[in-house]
Order: sequence, then structure tokens, then C-alpha cells
Amino acid sequence: MSKIYLAGRSSDTKIGKLLKKFSGKVNVYPPGTCPLTVQLSLLQASKNQTCGKCVPCRDGLPQLEQLLSSILNGSATMETLDEMKNLAIMIRDTADCAIGYQTAIELLEGLETFHIEYVSHIQKHTCPENIGQKIPCVTLCPAHVDIPGYIAHVNNGDYADAINLIRRDNPLPTACAMICEHPCEERCRRNLIDSSLNIRGIKKYAVDQIAADKVAVPRANVSTGKKIAVIGGGPSGMTAAYFLSLMGHKVTVYEAKERLGGMLMYGIPNYRFPKDRLDEDMRAILSTGNIEVKYNVNVGVDISVEEVYHSYDAMYVAIGAQVGKKLRLEGVDAKNVFSAVEVLDQIGHGNRPDYTGKVVSVIGGGNVAMDAARSALRCGAAEVRIVYRRRQEDMTALDTEIESAVMEGIELMLLQAPKSIESDEEGKCTALWVQPQMIGPYDRAGRPAPMDAVSKAPERIPCDVVLIAVGQDIVSAPFEEFGMPAERKVFQAGLDTAVENMPGVFVGGDCATGPSTAIRAIAAGKVAAHNIDEYLGYHHTLDCGVTAPEAKPNNRVPTGRVNIGERPAYIRKHDFEHVECPMSHEEMLQEAGRCLRCDVYGCGKLEGAVEK
Amino acid sequence: MRLTIDGRNVEAAEGMSILAAARTAGIKIPTLCYLEGVSDIGSCRLCVVEVEGMAQLVPACNTKIREDMVVQTRSERVVEARRTVLRLLLSNHRVDCFSCEKSGDCQLQQYCMEYEIEMTPYIGSRKEIEPAKKDAHPFLSYDPSKCIRCHRCVETCAHVTGRKAIHLGKTGMFTVIDAPFGEDWKNTLCESCGNCAQACPTGALTEKRRKNYRSWEVKRVRTTCPHCATGCQMDLIVKDNHIVDVEGADGPSNHGLLCVKGRSASFDFVDSAERIRHPLIKNQETGEFEQATWEEALDLVASRFTEIKNTYGGEALAGFACSRSTNEDVYMLQKMVRTAFNSNNTDNCARV
Repeated sequence: MSKIYLAGRSSDTKIGKLLKKFSGKVNVYPPGTCPLTVQLSLLQASKNQTCGKCVPCRDGLPQLEQLLSSILNGSATMETLDEMKNLAIMIRDTADCAIGYQTAIELLEGLETFHIEYVSHIQKHTCPENIGQKIPCVTLCPAHVDIPGYIAHVNNGDYADAINLIRRDNPLPTACAMICEHPCEERCRRNLIDSSLNIRGIKKYAVDQIAADKVAVPRANVSTGKKIAVIGGGPSGMTAAYFLSLMGHKVTVYEAKERLGGMLMYGIPNYRFPKDRLDEDMRAILSTGNIEVKYNVNVGVDISVEEVYHSYDAMYVAIGAQVGKKLRLEGVDAKNVFSAVEVLDQIGHGNRPDYTGKVVSVIGGGNVAMDAARSALRCGAAEVRIVYRRRQEDMTALDTEIESAVMEGIELMLLQAPKSIESDEEGKCTALWVQPQMIGPYDRAGRPAPMDAVSKAPERIPCDVVLIAVGQDIVSAPFEEFGMPAERKVFQAGLDTAVENMPGVFVGGDCATGPSTAIRAIAAGKVAAHNIDEYLGYHHTLDCGVTAPEAKPNNRVPTGRVNIGERPAYIRKHDFEHVECPMSHEEMLQEAGRCLRCDVYGCGKLEGAVEK
Repeated sequence: MRLTIDGRNVEAAEGMSILAAARTAGIKIPTLCYLEGVSDIGSCRLCVVEVEGMAQLVPACNTKIREDMVVQTRSERVVEARRTVLRLLLSNHRVDCFSCEKSGDCQLQQYCMEYEIEMTPYIGSRKEIEPAKKDAHPFLSYDPSKCIRCHRCVETCAHVTGRKAIHLGKTGMFTVIDAPFGEDWKNTLCESCGNCAQACPTGALTEKRRKNYRSWEVKRVRTTCPHCATGCQMDLIVKDNHIVDVEGADGPSNHGLLCVKGRSASFDFVDSAERIRHPLIKNQETGEFEQATWEEALDLVASRFTEIKNTYGGEALAGFACSRSTNEDVYMLQKMVRTAFNSNNTDNCARV
């Protein structure tokens, strides 16, 4: 008789697929879900994971589930919360393994985080008012673009309609087609069947078929005679300008540089977002007719904030986060040590540095670090390294950006904290010294923190150029002097973008959030435009002239997601031309055909399902 | 190693558990699933204590002591955790203490009294899934509705008797003890030794004869098992001058264990109505046994044995001792066979 065996078709092997489905289901919990039901699901999952050995977990978790169920079915009292808390504390303190204690910790955290929801369920037997299931993609898009609607238009070949439907909420369809971080895809219901739709890819197909400036914008309303200043011609400012212009207000955009687009123009390299494509969005916005742009006017330098404020009926501040953060590093004043943002800005202006044969080190782990490294390579650098003090999975850059950089031959030097910059007698940078790190416990923000690896000596990374990409700052001083409140240079405003106690002053985009994504800046511009309109005493509703087409039945056949390809790394790394390849017509049809039209099926037709 | 338990300085040997160290200092820590030398799986969490510098409470039974450890065994936090353990256990435990054979001898009952748990606020999570009682075995019975799943029986059967006849049935929150006392009990690995019943802290896994007495009605008489030569120590459980049960006692050769013979075949003959209480001599004519005096019986045996020995020699005789006799009696018998019978034909049934 045999003594031991290989793992065959045991239930553990068979269960693998089911668990993948399960985690997929959890990942796509629809937005607007009652958090208590999620907490209940979590408890039930934990309860089912117990091995059955220990009392706190085996017998305690089902009791927590019963108590939570009693809250959800309306039979609980406020004492139930204390009972849950006490039992959870006991489980946290006495359970033998993580299945027990971690579940208790999560419940205790949930009791605090969702206190309002718990109390609402106990006292009013219902969720707080703002809870209710919503369409995943539309809700998670900060600008709440009608995604199922425009995907259906693209699928039908009505690209102009798709662009106009996008522009109902977002006047930068090309920008978002090229560089949006697509939060809309995160909880796409399609994940329940296969994987989320390539929403950005479908949008890119539309703007690749017909340029945004070739699609007529809606006619602007009759002039209101109101004048509004928009400070900053980036995505947020231009979005506000677009909607305000359509409403019939007269908009003046103050742009410090010679071209519109802000970071899209001067931060994101051409190979990711060709500048002529950005101009398509900008031309379409300007075609609304009521926008005047004052180029090369730096508010706070060339003209005071006060003067702008008093010259207009309202003001939208969207100055972004344009300056590279400095790093306090010994020898940082050496020659050939630059801020990555400034170098990218120069490249955006057409002044490409010549790094031929040079060795470049980039400090940082965000998208700017990737952009700087890949740009340095395209400027002729012989070797480019990204030096980062955490691990690859801790980098804030998009995974696809990191992957593309690595494919182009950029080396990631991980767990290396910059220590000092060495220079020669001429003061030119010769090396970056780093202290090797080891990853440690999580910090307060919930990220594992690096710490010095004490047994490892500092290392020398020879290099001719150092680019520092450790975050961006907001030039907030002139506006703070004007009286706008800011916390660590980030302007403070309500969720309506209005600045408290400063009538007519609105603020949004990176300068109100810290460096973030284009789509969040666009959303702020949209919100600001509508609230400025209300502030001025109007209540304009805009008609984009298009609605979502009729829905086809769901395609339920599991089908792979079509990704957007890139030109081969060995070719693309030598030029600044766009790296992405277009999606084919068949690919678009297959991809758009996977959309489940959550605006029609499921919760889509319920009241409150569409986030405005 | 020196450590502090409840403010007292305690000295204990390295490698000891907190529980053992506390016991040497006379500090009692309640346990349910712990069985010394058999099981320290730490499933009941009743023995949890507070250790300075540790965020969580730790089980005293399986946490080793450290130099300068500071332990609290009765802090408010500890007592509250224990009370919750008892409430949770009680929620899935059928409370029929009035009619339960283990009443007065049940550790769950004892700790609930000690920690003042009169009832549980929880509605048992397992009541619906509890399987039926397993009761087909002649000696042993398992009632899942009283089981606290401490695993003492499982560990005992696997690691002490080495039979592995008791398994965990189902998994997770549905865990039950798969006791081999169902209709198919004969086809299981169970040897009916009953060490599982002796390990059970509640009335879940019991010897059926346990029903015949309550713990306060009996006295214990320490004796040696009358069967084989291992010399297992056991306590006879005596009620109204009758032996009603046997319990393994902690003797050097058995450490509290007994086999099926020792536990279930060593006492009920004492009061058997069929027991022969005086010598009998078969009437040659009727073929029936008839009562005789010891003198008559011994004279008959002595004269007949002498006759056989004189006629056929000592080799024609043999002496076979009953293993239920004491060692001294068995010794005397073989001595008689060898010296009086002049024969080496002697043995004992315990070797068979």
C-alpha cells in the first residue's frame, strides 16, 4: 500500500476556480452598496473559513453575524452595538489565528468607520439617504460620464454621437482616451463574467475615427453678460470654461504659459499624449465661442489675484500643482541635478536636453518618475535607472507605465534611499549615493514603510544626471495672501468647490487635492461651472443633443479583454512619437459588445442609479 | 526562570507553560480542553491570561514562560474574556443538568458556577445542525448536543490509546466529533476502552453505566486491575456498597488509562447472582453439583490429585491460574504445581 500521494483532483484543486470567481465578485461590489451588508458578507465568509477548533472564532463569529443581521433586519437596539463591540474585542484578544482575530479587527474598524450607517439602521431601520446601488462605471468616473451610452454609440459606429455624449460631462474626450487612469473600469460588472471592459480603449477608438474638434459642440446659450475668470488653462480650468461658455457666460482664461493644457501639455510627454491630439480637445472647447485666453499671464506675478477677483463676477482657481518638490539631499546643488517636472516642462516646450551617452538616475516611483525616465531615454541617455526607496508594488505609478518603462530597458533599483549626490571638482554630478532599505511594518497611511537596512553599507550609483521626481507643489502663496485658505499649500474648499466666506471664489483640480489625475481635475471643473452658474443666480441645464442608444441583449459569452498594444520597445524608445497602437475595428466591436449596459439592465433604471 | 504571576514571584523550570508554572505556585487557571501530557491545542481559550507587553491574551496551557514574564491570570479583561467563552459554549450546550449524569462532575457546569454564568445571551448557532445521539455501542454513548468540541476525546484516542477511532466529522463551524458508537460500531477501530469518556469534561461522551449514580453519591476505592500483569491503578466507584463503575487512576504503569477489560470487565461479577459462593461437588449419580463444605471439597481434590500423581506421575497434572486472581495467589498456585504436583505444567490466562 502506498504511503503518500500527489495532490490529485482534490476539492482544493477544484475550488481554485470558484475562489477566483468569489474574489472577483467581491472586487466588483456595486457602488452605493450598504456597507453593513458588505460587513455581513465579510463575517459570513470568515465564519465559513473557521477550522472549527477554537471557541471565539467557531462560536463567536456566528454570534457576531446574528447580531449584525438583527441590525439589518431592524430588530436591534443601540445596546446591540455594545454587544457586538464587546464580543469582537473578546474574539480579537483570544482567537488563535488570523481567521478569528483579523475578522474581529475588521468588524471593530467597521463599527467606527460606518457608525452613521449602523445608527441609521438601528434607529430608522434603513440606510442613510445617500446609499443606493448605482451604475458602477458612471459612478466611479469622477465626472460621471455616460459610459454605457457612449460605448453603445461607438459599437453602432456613431462616433460623433459618442464624443458629444462624453462631452456632456467631460469636454476632454481625447485627453481621457489617451491618458485617463480609468477608475470607471475598477468595478465593471463584466468582471463577474470575464474581466472589465477596456473603456479607455473604446473611447480612444472613437476619437481616433473622428477628431474631437471635427465634432460640432452644442450651441451656446444666449449671453448672460456675466464675466468669469478661470485661472489656469489645464484640464480643470478648461472644463469649467467649456461649460460656463455653453451657459452663455463670458470666460477669460489666464494661462501662464504659451499653450493650453497644463500638465497634459507640459507634464505628460508627447509619446504618451501627442500634443496635436491635445489641441483637438482645446480647439473644440474654444469653439463654444465665449472663451478668451490670455496667454503668458501669470496671475500673482503679472497681475494680482485681487485685481482679477474684482474684475469678474466669479473666479475659478485651477492652477494645478506645477512645481517639482525639492529633496533635502547632501550635494543636491550639483550641476546636472534637475527637478523631473521642470525637465518635462522644458521638453514640452520643445527644448529637449541632449543626454547622448549619459547615465541618468531618476529618483521617485510615481508616474512622473516613469515619464522622466522614459523621456531621458528618448533624449539619448545610454543608461537610465529609477531609484526608489520602497518596493515595486509600492510604486504609485500605474503598473502599465512601470511595465512599459522596464520593457524599454529602464532598470528599477528598488529599496534604495537617496543619501547624497557626489560631484567632481567642476561641481558636476558623478554619482548618487544610496542607503539600501528593508521594507517594514505598515505606516499610518496603510503602506509598508521602508527603513535603513542596517547591515548594508551605502552604495554608489555612478551617473551624470539626476532627475528628482518626488512629488509636486502648488504655487499657492499669491492666492493665500489674497485670503484663500490652504493646508500645506493645498487649497481648502467644499465638495461644491466654493471657498468658504469668499463669495464668487471657486477652486478645484490638483491645487485643491494635491497632484492627482486629469479626470478628477475635469470633474472639479464641471462641478465648479455648475455651481458658479448657480452662484450667479442661474440654473442652466445643458443639452448635448444625444442620448444613449437602445440596449442590445447582454452578451454572456466569457471573452478575453482586448488590451491596447504598444509599438515595439526597441523602436519606440528612440522617439517621442505616440507609443500606443490603434485598436482594430473587430477588436473594438468585440470589446464594446461585451458591455452589459448596466444603465438599462439591473439597477440602471432605478431612481438614483445615475450619479450626476 | 523567574517570573511574576498575579504579583507573586514564581520560580519555574525553563520550557514550562504558564499554566504549569502557575500550578507549581498554587495559582489555579481554569482549563477545559487542556489534558496534561495529552492535549494543549488551546481550543477553548478559557485559560487565557494577560502577559505584559502582548496586545492579545494568550492561552496559559500552550504558552511557554519567559524570563521576567509578568502574567495576570485574573484581571478584569481576562475574567470578561473567560465569561464570554463560557457564554458561547453554553449557547450550544443542551442544559439538562437536572437529568444529566455528569451533573456535579461537569467542568462546564463548575466553571459557569465559578464565573457566575447562569444563562447565555446567545442563541446557539449549531442547534439546527446537530446530528443525532450515537448510542448503539454497548458501553459508550455520544450526545453532540452536550459536546463543547474540546477535542479531548479525539486527542486521547489518537495519541494515548493510539487507535484514532474518533475523528472530526464535518469541518469549520459544522465541526462535530465523529464518535464510533453508531450502528456500525463493531466495524470501527474502537476498542471500547472508554478512555475517551473519562477524558470528556461534560456529559457528551459517557459510559452508559454513568447513569446509575451521581458524583456525590459515591466513594472511590483505589485498587489494582485484576486482569493482566500490567498493574494498572484504578478507582472502584462504590455506591451503597456496590461497585457501579471504574475509573483509571494515575498509577506508574497506566497514568489514568485503562483497557476495555480493566474498565468494563472487572467489577460487575462481584455482585453477580450467578457467582459461586461455596464449594460444589458433582453428584456422580445425578450429574448435578451439590453444595459441600470446604473440608469435603479440599479432601476430595487432594485425594484425587494424589491418586493421579501416584498412578501417572506429576506430569499428568497441570495448574492454570485465573488472571483475575492476585499476583500472590497466582504465585502460590504455580508453587503448588511445581512442588506438590512435581509438574511444570502451569500458566495463566492473561498470557493467552
